[in-house]
Amino acid sequence: MNVNAPIALKKVDSSVGVFQAMVSVFLRDVRVAFRQRQDLLNPLLFFTMVVTLFPLGVSPEVAFLKQSGAGILWVAALLSVLLSLDHLFRHDFDDGTLEQLMLQPQPLFLLVLAKTMAHWLLTGLPLVLLTPVLGLMLHLDGNSVATLCLTLLIGTPVLSLIGSIGAALTLGLRSAGVLLSLLIIPLYIPVLIFGTGTVAAAAEGAQVSGYLALMGAFLVLALTLAPFASAAALRISLSNS
Amino acid sequence: MWQFFHKLGSPKWFFGIANRFMPWLLAGGLILLAAGLVWGLAFAPKDYLQGNSYRIIFIHVPSAFLAQSIYIMMASAAVVTLVWRMKLADVFVKSVAPVGLMFTFLALFTGAVWGKPTWGTWWVWDARLTSMLILLFLYGGAIALDRSINDEKSAARAVAVLVLVGVVNIPIIKYSVDWWNTLHQPATFKLTEKPSMAMEMWVPLLLSVLGLYLLFGWLACLRMKTEILVRERRTRWVKELVLAGRK
Repeated sequence: MNVNAPIALKKVDSSVGVFQAMVSVFLRDVRVAFRQRQDLLNPLLFFTMVVTLFPLGVSPEVAFLKQSGAGILWVAALLSVLLSLDHLFRHDFDDGTLEQLMLQPQPLFLLVLAKTMAHWLLTGLPLVLLTPVLGLMLHLDGNSVATLCLTLLIGTPVLSLIGSIGAALTLGLRSAGVLLSLLIIPLYIPVLIFGTGTVAAAAEGAQVSGYLALMGAFLVLALTLAPFASAAALRISLSNS
Repeated sequence: MWQFFHKLGSPKWFFGIANRFMPWLLAGGLILLAAGLVWGLAFAPKDYLQGNSYRIIFIHVPSAFLAQSIYIMMASAAVVTLVWRMKLADVFVKSVAPVGLMFTFLALFTGAVWGKPTWGTWWVWDARLTSMLILLFLYGGAIALDRSINDEKSAARAVAVLVLVGVVNIPIIKYSVDWWNTLHQPATFKLTEKPSMAMEMWVPLLLSVLGLYLLFGWLACLRMKTEILVRERRTRWVKELVLAGRK
């Protein structure tokens, strides 16, 4: 082999469409996650344990649990998502995948959106699926549980999307975990307020379509704006390291 | 116009301008604030409902005002940082974030002191109070992020992104907590409407707000100058300045 020959640059395949690229990033993240199954289980265990703390720590009375069950589940779900956010970019950052993603001809924010959607599928959705069981343990009635699941279904993607900004900003920092929570919790407050507000309204027998529409508006806003902020933050974090 | 814009980006030029303006800002701020406070605390009439306890308004409202507008100023500077990479903009964001935190804390603290005699409690989970508390968290987050990143430039840009995300959220947070719970009296101070309070109370309040703004300007200049000296410590003009000061 001729050592002096110029190293052939791999031709950039720009024929891959944007959507195709997003799908492959999404599928890759799902596949990687299923090879690390414990990481998938941890947020769910955390969720269950936090919920368990409330009857033990505050009061196991049915009246109390009925009244605050929705709030407890929402806060626990919020904390579980927060805890899992560190994984969103960390592994890809450590092994250099993130840099490769950045070099792709497809816009970074769309690839980030695909990653965030995979994150939601792997953490947010299981939380929603586990909620009816825990709701039953907190003596919530069927109507409340249904509304709660619906709000979590709309709300958890918002949590993942907003959280991706924080995860990108704190990438590669020393005390990233705590810092991430400090940055993101204030931004989660509106989602929490409307999430629990919807359930409270449903429990009183009021119309919830207005609340759900507002939560939907949050989702649309987060879907359209958060990936841009995350992509910008990723570029900053990677230029830093 | 463009020349001015370019000059504005130069730390050395700012240093000169700041030196020229600072005495005026300090003197104006102190005079206005002193006038407003003395008038408000000693001469303004008593409130028919709240008695003398309302007088803390002359500190509470100006701090709350500044707490909110400093965040807006930071967000504007953050846009400049991200778009034009202007050095002074990130010096500004970094320098005023702790000042904003301080004013937010002051507004919350004076609010608690005021709340005790009027509402009978130090703290209520009311919309205004809660949104100020969240503002305090946002300031805290920005400062924490800035301190955690060693590289000056990345820190400035990361904080700029965070501040902008925060500013998009501020109206959402505000309306969500408003909707959630409201007990606080409506805003006392609106520029667009005729004041709902007596003139003898309104004018001193206006004076203290203006005075505190000027004092903030002075403090911002002072902190920015310090930050510039640290950042530009290796440049020739700073070395000459320091050597000249030593003589």
